[in-house]
Amino acid sequence: MQLDAKVPEGPIEEKWDHHRFNLRLVNPNNKRRFRILVVGSGLAGASAAATLGELGYQVTVLTYHDSPRRAHSIAAQGGINAAKNYRNDGDSVHRLFHDTVKGGDYRSREANVYRLAQVSNEIIDQATAQGVPFAREYGGLLDNRSFGGAQVSRTFYARGQTGQQLLLGAYQAMMRQVHAGTVDLHNRVEVLDVVVHDGRARGVIARDLLTGEVLRYSAHAVVLATGGYSNAFFLSTNAKMCNATAIWRAHRKGALMANPCFTQIPPTCLPQSDETQSKLTLMSESLRNDGRVWVPQSHDEDRHPGDIPEADRDYYLERMYPAFGNLVPRDIASRAAKRMIDENRGVGPLKNGVYLDFADAIQRLGADRVAERYGNLFEIYERITGEAPYKVPMRIYPAPHYTMGGLWVDYNLETTIPSLYAIGEANFSDHGANRLGASALMQGLADGYFVLPYTIGDGLAPRLGEEPLPTDHEAFEEAAAQVRGRVEGLLSVNGSRTVDWFHRQLGRILWDYCGMSRNQPGLEKAITEIKALREEFYSDVNVTGSSDDYNQALEKAGRVQDFFELGELMCRDALYREESCGGHFREEHQTDDGEALRDDERFAHVAAWGWRGLGEEPSLTVEPLEYENVTIATRSYK
Amino acid sequence: MDLTLRIWRQPRHDTPGDFVSYQVTGVPEEASFLEMLDLLNEQLSERGEEPVVFESDCREGICGTCGLMIDGRPHGPWGNTATCQLHMRAYADGDEITIEPWRATGFPVIKDLAVDRSAFDRIIEAGGYISTPTGAAPDANLIPVDKATADRAFEAAACIGCGACVAACPNGAAQLFAGAKVAQLNMLPQGQPERYQRAANVVDTMEAFFGSCTNHGECQAACPKDISIDFIAWLNRDYRKAKLSGRQAG
Repeated sequence: MQLDAKVPEGPIEEKWDHHRFNLRLVNPNNKRRFRILVVGSGLAGASAAATLGELGYQVTVLTYHDSPRRAHSIAAQGGINAAKNYRNDGDSVHRLFHDTVKGGDYRSREANVYRLAQVSNEIIDQATAQGVPFAREYGGLLDNRSFGGAQVSRTFYARGQTGQQLLLGAYQAMMRQVHAGTVDLHNRVEVLDVVVHDGRARGVIARDLLTGEVLRYSAHAVVLATGGYSNAFFLSTNAKMCNATAIWRAHRKGALMANPCFTQIPPTCLPQSDETQSKLTLMSESLRNDGRVWVPQSHDEDRHPGDIPEADRDYYLERMYPAFGNLVPRDIASRAAKRMIDENRGVGPLKNGVYLDFADAIQRLGADRVAERYGNLFEIYERITGEAPYKVPMRIYPAPHYTMGGLWVDYNLETTIPSLYAIGEANFSDHGANRLGASALMQGLADGYFVLPYTIGDGLAPRLGEEPLPTDHEAFEEAAAQVRGRVEGLLSVNGSRTVDWFHRQLGRILWDYCGMSRNQPGLEKAITEIKALREEFYSDVNVTGSSDDYNQALEKAGRVQDFFELGELMCRDALYREESCGGHFREEHQTDDGEALRDDERFAHVAAWGWRGLGEEPSLTVEPLEYENVTIATRSYK
Repeated sequence: MDLTLRIWRQPRHDTPGDFVSYQVTGVPEEASFLEMLDLLNEQLSERGEEPVVFESDCREGICGTCGLMIDGRPHGPWGNTATCQLHMRAYADGDEITIEPWRATGFPVIKDLAVDRSAFDRIIEAGGYISTPTGAAPDANLIPVDKATADRAFEAAACIGCGACVAACPNGAAQLFAGAKVAQLNMLPQGQPERYQRAANVVDTMEAFFGSCTNHGECQAACPKDISIDFIAWLNRDYRKAKLSGRQAG
């Protein structure tokens, strides 16, 4: 297979403009003759649904939540980047583009990233007009703060709840369209397969989570906005229901999966506290603006942190990276933390954290200013741990969070299955091997508000007059039968172990061998162990209840089933990529001082994998990455 | 710690439910309340019994999915804390805890501890937005908003839509939810053009699902985000003006 990314010709500044002009249009009166399915209601899905609805398309939104407002975009704390240059500190579209490509360790597609930086400003305008209460200064203008990986202050925020406010803005815009009748909203419906006929996406098969009914939805185009797959690790910062089923089932139907091993493990999460832990909480990276990261100099330190004098502390990020200090990008800060723990200098009862200390900031700014900036984060921390960060330094440790990998898409955000689009975290596009802070919200909304609504029309325009495939067509019959078979299969095992038990085992394998640090023997071992565990799952899982009822164990079982296959592909991709870049660190490929060592000769490309059957080696197709507007360099934050 | 749980079990919305007692053993005090219920469900599954249905998602206190009536208090004993952020150090070995779903006419029980809160979506749909089609927005700094107003709007916007306010209200009223959204949008300059229409549409829709507010103030006490009942005053004022000036729901 040849991958055509459909990147437009011309200078990078003009590509998106030219492309928009060249895209075919659907006449306003004809838009209502096209039906579009949007799966997922997070930032990407809700913003796309709202915008497509406003344009006049017939949109159907499917979400497994009880309300679209629950989608996990809501938990993003820190902020959203834009190249407004309101600070007059030298920011520009080109600088945001450059920072994002560099932050992604030169593994993203230049043209996509440039477009992202171009539309970033419109997102801020749009959200503000919707009533999103961004932080403001006393003069009434919007405030900004800095984030890791940038030397300008370009992050807009709404206290520590930026994701919530942006999501509610998009949700409300979508609900306006529900009221207007252009968006048909279906809650508590989980997509379990994509229907493909004649090489084109025709709709989806879903399950009504309350009644178990297998539902069929037909459309001219299907948009997957289903988020990332960090829950493959079991313990991650994702919400409990986040899963990869929709993208994985699309993959099995022919959509290529790009760079699945690129997972982000940011440094500012709360360390695991006990065995029953069900998820990990990420504290906003913005905390590193004022918090100083340190561990004791000594291995056997047992004093209370407040009693450890300066001389016995190691502010290791400031020491190792003087230029960026505590604001180095996430992957670098995480690996440094891992190194400290590996050196046995971890803190806390389980010695599994590092300190993030606000004592200096409180002295410099006063407790009130610190509370204004981080008050709600401190409260969250105190509720979970019982410790107040005003008095005791926070303890943090990296946890799986965001997945840069995802379905391969071209410049139009279309997957390798025509008429199937992937937006937001579900695609692989813009973040390369590492995502900078405050750019996930930017990308989700860019895709949904300002990119997909243009590009999707190009695919639809020539199909005017074509009816969606009838839902009693054999392609739907077949897919629905497969879904029913899978559901019944899970219920009929009647084994001895719970779904969560299997999920924890899988997560442990992925964390140990495909986490912050990877090597060949470990990855090979992981692939073998995952296969064995998957087979055990099929013979020994215990899913209680029935298929025609609200059955949460059954929902989880289906998701874990897909995580096994995806987890194996993550390991295969990590094994294939014999270099270190961004969040992907192969121990065999590092500099003398332990920094990531890229191999641009061999791996300046996207690895896109194709499904060839369970237990079969996947196919590999590469999309070469060419950099004409940034100079590839070793990423240095020293 | 080991605990006795009295949990509301109800197989379907149209069948009667009842309390069932369970023992859950070996709960670490670092665990969250929902992790304690996860543990119960693991123990039930291992015995071949059907797990208790309860809903949750982010487990960070922000998505609003979780919400349990714990010993008669929405979200349990800690103030300003969603159920998922309640931790077991609030309890001691041997405690008995009663767990129920939200009880309100506007939130029918689906199964066990899960309720249907889609009436909240209907309220937002009726007017909980500012009409700004994508692409039509002016530069974000064109309209300054004084900091005090922006901060106040944020406080209203912090609502997570969990429904604790309705569950706490003796009348099952949703004024705090509706008031917070209307106040957020109506105090911002961007929200002025639709201000009165919004208040009217939201209240008229709300009244189709929920009871009436008689100023008990239980909603504010139960709110995990500490949303103030002052916002109900905003709602009432704008609703009154809307009705008096005849700018009613179209």
